[in-house]
Amino acid sequence: MKIVNYLILIVFGALLVYGSAWLPERGNPNEPLDRELSYAGTPGAAYYYIKNAKKDAYTDNMVTVILADYRGYDTLGEETVIFTAGLCCYLLLRQRRVNHDKKG
Amino acid sequence: MIKRDENPILALGGRVISPFIMLFALYVIFHGHYSPGGGFQGGTMLAAAVLLVRLSAGSDMGELQFKKSWGTYLGAVGVLIYFGTGLVAMLWGGNYLNYEYLPLSFPANENRAWGILSIEIGVGLAVMGILAAIYDDLVEGEPNAWNA
Repeated sequence: MKIVNYLILIVFGALLVYGSAWLPERGNPNEPLDRELSYAGTPGAAYYYIKNAKKDAYTDNMVTVILADYRGYDTLGEETVIFTAGLCCYLLLRQRRVNHDKKG
Repeated sequence: MIKRDENPILALGGRVISPFIMLFALYVIFHGHYSPGGGFQGGTMLAAAVLLVRLSAGSDMGELQFKKSWGTYLGAVGVLIYFGTGLVAMLWGGNYLNYEYLPLSFPANENRAWGILSIEIGVGLAVMGILAAIYDDLVEGEPNAWNA
């Protein structure tokens, strides 16, 4: 059984290495991810962000601009997820305490 | 649960370090425009400062700094700041979350910078409140954890 586990791990590791062999090259403007225009003729996202982030939002940190401005809805959802997790903990754990107090 | 004695070094050390962690967390939030950081990271550090006092000096001492009931409310306030920023932008004529239309008398790109700061504060408060609240909720189930 242990040998099977190790085999599965090795195979999956080899798959990951195999899959990472053809990742796009970083910083190469001719890669499909970083082109100015995609194959369909629409503006490429990465190119647009790098070129316009500072100009659009007057903020040096491009990551902040993408996180909070260009992808504001995504961050809104993330925060809602965190809040929901907190509410679930509140409801589940506090509820259990109340029941426990009633019994004892 | 292991019973622990009050340890003055831990208690005092946690209480001394906690405000400095909070200060650095505020720096991380407010300097997120220019350096790595932002609401999530800064909020986590704020929560770490709160939880450090709770872990080192006990929940009673932590209650003096940050009440147990505040966490969930603070999380709600943070989420409302985020939603409210988007809503204000919408009421002043733009799309939802389009900070260009915030009612500030700056050029459009500076408006966006202020909008980003506003939602980073919202995210930071929400993350801090929720993390502290989750810890408090978990500890609630263990009545003899600290103050036995």
